[in-house]
Parts: sequence; structure tokens; C-alpha cells
Amino acid sequence: MRPVYIAGIGQTPVGEQWERSLRHIAHDAIIPAMRDAQIERADALYVGNMLSGELVGQEHLGALVADFVGLRGIEAYKVEAACGSGAAALRTGYMAVAGGLHDVVIVAGVEKMTDTVGRETTAALAMAADQEYEAAEGVSFVALNALLMRRYMYEYDIPHGAFGYFAVNAHHNAAGNPNAMFPNSITLESYRKATMIADPINLLDSSPICDGAAALVLVSEDYARSVGNGRRPVRIAGSAVATDSLAIHDRRDPLWLDAAFISSRKAYQQAGVSIDDIDLFELHDAFTIMAALSLEANGFAERGRGVRLAEEGEITIEGRVPIATMGGLKARGHPVGATGVYQVLEATLQLQGLAGPNQVENASIAMTQNIGGSGATILTHILVGE
Amino acid sequence: MSVARTWRTRKQRYALVGERCDYCQNAIFPPRDVCPHCAEPAQKEFALSGRGTVYSYTTVFDPPTGFDAFAPYPVALVKLDEGPMVTAQLTDIMPDQVKIGMPVEMVTRKLNEQGDEGIIVYSYKFRPQLQRQALAA
Amino acid sequence: MTEVKDSVLLRPNRPVGIVGYGAYVPIYRLPAREVARIWSGRDAELPIKEKAVAGLDEDTASMSIEAARNALARAQIDPKRIRAVWVGSESHPYAVKPTSTIVAEALDIVPLTQAADWEFACKAGTEAMQAAIAFVGSGMATYALSIGMDTAQGRPGDALEYTAAAGGAAILIGPAEESLATIEASVSYVTDTPDFWRRAHVHYPSHGQRFTGEPAYFHHVTHAAQIMLEELGRKPADYRYVVLHQPNVKFPQRAAKLLGFKPEQVQAGLLVGRIGNTYAGSSLVGMTAVLDEARPGDQVLVVSFGSGAGSDAFSLEVTERIEAARGRAPQTLDYIARRVEIDYATYARMRGKLLMK
Repeated sequence: MRPVYIAGIGQTPVGEQWERSLRHIAHDAIIPAMRDAQIERADALYVGNMLSGELVGQEHLGALVADFVGLRGIEAYKVEAACGSGAAALRTGYMAVAGGLHDVVIVAGVEKMTDTVGRETTAALAMAADQEYEAAEGVSFVALNALLMRRYMYEYDIPHGAFGYFAVNAHHNAAGNPNAMFPNSITLESYRKATMIADPINLLDSSPICDGAAALVLVSEDYARSVGNGRRPVRIAGSAVATDSLAIHDRRDPLWLDAAFISSRKAYQQAGVSIDDIDLFELHDAFTIMAALSLEANGFAERGRGVRLAEEGEITIEGRVPIATMGGLKARGHPVGATGVYQVLEATLQLQGLAGPNQVENASIAMTQNIGGSGATILTHILVGE
Repeated sequence: MSVARTWRTRKQRYALVGERCDYCQNAIFPPRDVCPHCAEPAQKEFALSGRGTVYSYTTVFDPPTGFDAFAPYPVALVKLDEGPMVTAQLTDIMPDQVKIGMPVEMVTRKLNEQGDEGIIVYSYKFRPQLQRQALAA
Repeated sequence: MTEVKDSVLLRPNRPVGIVGYGAYVPIYRLPAREVARIWSGRDAELPIKEKAVAGLDEDTASMSIEAARNALARAQIDPKRIRAVWVGSESHPYAVKPTSTIVAEALDIVPLTQAADWEFACKAGTEAMQAAIAFVGSGMATYALSIGMDTAQGRPGDALEYTAAAGGAAILIGPAEESLATIEASVSYVTDTPDFWRRAHVHYPSHGQRFTGEPAYFHHVTHAAQIMLEELGRKPADYRYVVLHQPNVKFPQRAAKLLGFKPEQVQAGLLVGRIGNTYAGSSLVGMTAVLDEARPGDQVLVVSFGSGAGSDAFSLEVTERIEAARGRAPQTLDYIARRVEIDYATYARMRGKLLMK
């Protein structure tokens, strides 16, 4: 396999982009990424997206976006793995370059979620779960996470308030990210008082519905040398994906993200790093409970201790395991199919020393993890700044 | 869901008909073509008793399309006595009365209506096991 | 021409009986004083204490399934041996599409079975039972399942809104030798008497107010009962229990008195004060309450009434088998004891009385 580098990045602000359509926000991320990488053409474009068919009535995003950004003719298609679509598109691009098929690939994550009203969006998001045996019973995606959170609180005797540290940290970090949806600070007090949406999950446990697009240009090693933007080269040192049952009720242990465990072990091994080498971890905090379960399944905390890590301040930018350094899904926002690309883009900024007030000191190895559904598809990437 | 999709799963939804694996004897619900425990083909029909306990629960305040008429409603992961876990609504109970470990039993209830002119969908839900006061008296 | 006089009693060639029975009453109760609070401002002379109301996820099909499960649990027979599923109701969930197929599917009775829905106001359930008696009694089937179940609707503010309730029972008919109660005979007494009706596409029924009394309820109920007593050569005192259709507390008590029954014979099967008028389920759920406490050898007289109008009467004798069977499923009073009181606003939401579009 050939080494793969990130040569350019582009993103739109995350939020409600009423004036811009799906194809426009894709454009708003891809063009800056191409400029950043100083390219005019690419061999292929992979678009990560989950909900365009359901919420915008548009599939076939590869050709649509390729044409719209002036790349008509190139290889292009959509990659879908629910909320893990962004990282799945990245992995497709990674495989194409690492395998020697292409030298320059654009990976874009795009999601437009605000063209529909609440109940339709709720129903669409439930497509990430088992349609016939979870969603069909009227169980929303939020409710599935609430089932996990309730059980977690029960098994480990953790009060709801303890999860607030995840939300507080995410909002704090979003304040330093000009593209974040919620750059406002919150307190543990406001967390406790937030509106309940599926108990015990309240509004501040949950990531928002929003629009957003992010893009990366992936290149081979030879090509990377020719890009002259002067920034630190960032290499994708590990890329792995693993799966679990779609339905939570089919898992042997619902509180254990097996696909996170498997994919992170593979990624550590491929990158030749150990968990202690990771300087920051962009995890999939779609809900605070997911942050806790991720920290545990990936080895950053023992079982039942993920929340404790947050409580003890270890997850802040200065902490032992900085997470959600640019706001995470919670406060940067979670445009579902775009999220995995945002995570890698933000980790790249950290490794290049471009994270501004949120800079993790001496960051040279970053991990990102993007989760499809309630843990059914989990993609782990490890980036190394060279 | 379309008429055909609803119809296809009628036995499972009306009566919790799953399977029992011929090889490892594990009960399976919902039915699958391959046993999740031993990866052998699983085909023998088996009706679960419908009794189980609440593994976890929550309340849906913001329902997906098609469930507006019922919200808020409690939902749960129910661990069935025979082993499998199911995701289902709870019924005949106020959300604040649900507890982890509570014994529940399956009832067949109306899940939703596909609009005023569409079909009515019935499915399994769970309620607290019925108290048999009369018998005790 | 010689005059041929058939017996007016309906009796099959082969003796039959009830091999399983099951009641169902939903958990919610609307006190009559709540209806009075909204509509009359007075709470003197309420026709009942409270009525059972179906939850948002309940209808005649789902309620029939539970009652039928209870009946099968008592009978302990293979459901595939049942050759008919007949559901009597005036609140079938579909205008066209059987309730009975849903019940038959849920109980794994399909596919070698008859399935049909019956309608005759409040006596649709006993109509189905009579047909089941004939189906088994003729030898065409060994078992037939009959159900009377309703989620009755009264027009907001109307006198019927106090009582129109949800509930009913499933009665599994089979050979007399397997019965918990044998059925000695039945009688049907019908005239064209429009005391209560609902036109197609109309949501709520209409009724003739006081006309529903003497010419309708009392005439049919007492005639059916009297013919039964006369033809069998019985006296009211021969029966331990009498169960009459119960649209309110007064009517069945008065009719029983007119027929010569004592209050203690009426009491066990008189549920209307606590659950309301469950229409097609009314006399049958009264009968299941009696079967829950009856002893072997007890005689039971059941008389339904359906507007339009007619009555079916049944004369039963409880057998030894009742003792073992009744504990195999929840009893009628288990459902009645299970109770969540609701206010009129909740009731209005549950019963679809709010204008949503």
C-alpha cells in the first residue's frame, strides 16, 4: 500500500444554511479544498452523505456534485454508512490512493437537513437503525441512544448530571471554532435544566440537526511532495472499519461498542501506534452517552469510567485525552453524512498547528472515529503529522 | 411501511413468532435466515411466551412521522424470558412508572394507522404483567 | 294441510358448550361525573359510576385478540382446530376488511378457518355465539370462536356518552363433554324496532330516547327470557345467575325483577356500573364474570339485547371442568380492578373527539 496524504481541506460553517442547497454547500467545501491543495482536476470524487434521498429527494450525488463543481467526467459516487458516511467516503478515497488506482482524490461529506420539518427528519434519522424492528415500532434514533444512556446510568450508578462535562467541554471548544454551530458556552447548571427530548437525553446531551459540508483532497506520496502550500504534511496512518448488528437489541452487550473496539485495534496496529501515543481524539459525540461508550471501547477508559474521564477534566484541550477539540458533534454540529469529514479536517488543523485558540500543544498523532447508527458501523482513522 | 412489508411480518408482530435454532437451541427473535449464535441456518418456527423484563426504557416526546397521535409514549428494550431482546413500545403504563427489571408481558396493539384511508398496523407492545387480584382474593 | 310446529328453542343435534372463555376490559376509566361536569353541570342521577375507555392503541381487533387468548388459555386446545372466528361488534376498525382475520392470524388459527364479522348493535356478539353453537352442533366443526367486543362511541353531551364503553369477551364453543358450561338451548327474538341506529359514514349513533325502553329493551329481553323459561319448563329460581344486557344499571335490574329474578341472581354479572355499556360485549362480559365465580351444577341464564331490535337468550349449566380452567387466564374482575382514571380532556383525545384537521 502507498502512503496517503491530506493535501487540502475545505469546509462550510455548520448551521442552518437557508440560502444554500445541497449542491451549493458541497461546492462551498470542495472548491476551497481544491484551492488549498492547488489542484484543478482530480481522479475521483467520493461523496459521503446519508439523507439526501429522504430529505432532499436527491440521490446520485456523485455525478451531481462532480458536475456542479466543474469536474464533469470524473469518477464519482456517493458512499453511505448512515452517520458514518463521511468517514466511509474518506476510506473509499484512501483505498483508491493507497491501492495505487488514483493519485488525487476528493472526499466530501455533505448533508442538508433543514429542507424538511421535524418529524420527517426524525423519521429519516431512524433509517440508521433497524427499520423493521426498531424504527417501525415508533422508536426514534434519539430514543435508542436514551435506552443506552438509561442502562448505563443504571449499571454504573452514574447520575445524569455527570454527563454534562461532555457538553460543557464541547461548547467551550466550539467557541474557538469559527465554523461551529454553537460557539456559546454552557454551564453544568444550564445542562441540568435543558429540555428533555427522550429521557434521560436532554437537548444538551444531543447534537443538533444542521447543514454542513467538508472536503479533503487525498494524494499519493509523490503528489504530496509537489504540493507547495508549506503546511506540515499529514498522513493517514491508519484506516479501519468494523460492523456490529444494526439493532441494539441484537448485541450481546448493548453497552459495549464492539465495532469501535475492533476498528480502533486495527487502526492502531496499522499505524503502529499505541493508545498512549494519541494526542487528541475526535470522537462521535452525537449524544453524550456515545462519547462515554467510545472512550471505553477504544481503551481510553475502563468500562463505566468514560464519564469519570470527563468529570476529571481529562477530555479538555489541556487534558490527557482531548476530545471534540473544535466543538465535536455536540457543538460544532452534526450534519450527519458530513461529520466524518469534519472530524478529519479538524484533526488535520490540529496536526498542522492551525487550530487557533483550541490548539492541542505538540499534537502529532490524532485519532478520529465516526459512528454509523448506534454503533453498527464504526470507522477509525489515525493521522500523523510528519 | 407498505402493505406488503407489514403483511410479511404479521406473525412476528401479532404474536412474537420467532425461531429456535436446531443446532444450538437458542431462541431467536426476530426470525433470521442465519442463527446469530452459531451461524447455522435457523428455520424452526417458535412462538415466544411474551414474558420478559425491562432492560432499559425511555419516553419518545418527539415521534417520527406516523406516530404523532400517540406521543408521548414509553419505549423499552425488553429482555424476553427465552433470551432474545426486543425493542418495543410499552403500553397501559405512565412513563414515570417504568422501572428497569420490571416484569412485562406482550400484548398485540395498534401501532399506527397509515393515514385516514390506509391500513391499520398492529404489533407487539409490552405492559406490566397483569395483577391477578381476583384469584388471590 | 297439517300444521307443523317446530320448537322455538334453538338446539343443535350434538350437545355443545363453552370450552373456553376470556374477558377483556381496557385500563382507563372515565367517571360519569366527568361527563356531567362538561355537559350537564349536575351530577345527580348518573346512570353508572364510570366506564371503561380504550387506550390510544386499542380497538376492537386488539381487544378481541386479548380476550381470545384468554379463552384459548382456558380451553388448552390447538388453535389450528378452530374452524370459525366470528367477531360481533359495532366498532369494527375497518368498514370493509374483517376484524376476524386479524384475530385469527394473531392466534395462529389461520388458514383453515371461517372468518367473519357480525353486526347487530349490542347483540352482535351473541349472534356470533349462536352461529358458533350451530357450527359445532351440526358437526361441521369441533371448535368455533365467537367474540363480542366494542369500543362504543357516544355523541358528546348525549345521554349515551355517560355509558358507551369499551370491552367484551371471547367465547370458544366446542363439544359438551369438554365444556366448562354446557349450553342447553338458545332463543332468538327479533322485530324491526328502530330504537337506536347509526347511518353509514356518520360518526355517532342516534336513538329514540325513551322509545329505547319499553318497546325495545324491555319487550325483547323479557320475551326472549320468558320463552326460554316456558319452553324449558323452568322458573327463575332454578337459575343461580341471570345476566341481561346492561345499557345502564337500572334496565337490567328492572327487567330481572319483571321476570321474577331476585337481586342476588343479577349481582355477579352486573358490571355496567363499573365498566359501562360495552355494547356487543355487554352481556358476554357479564357472563364471563359469572363463570369466574360459578360452581359446577349452577344454571345461568344470559339474555342479550341489540337495538334494531332483538334478544338472544342462552341457558347454561356449569360443569366440573370450570374449577381447573378459570385460573388459567386473567379473570374479568382482574381487568376491572386494573384502573386508571382519566379526565374528559384525556378521554376526548383518546376517542378522537378533537378536531385535528
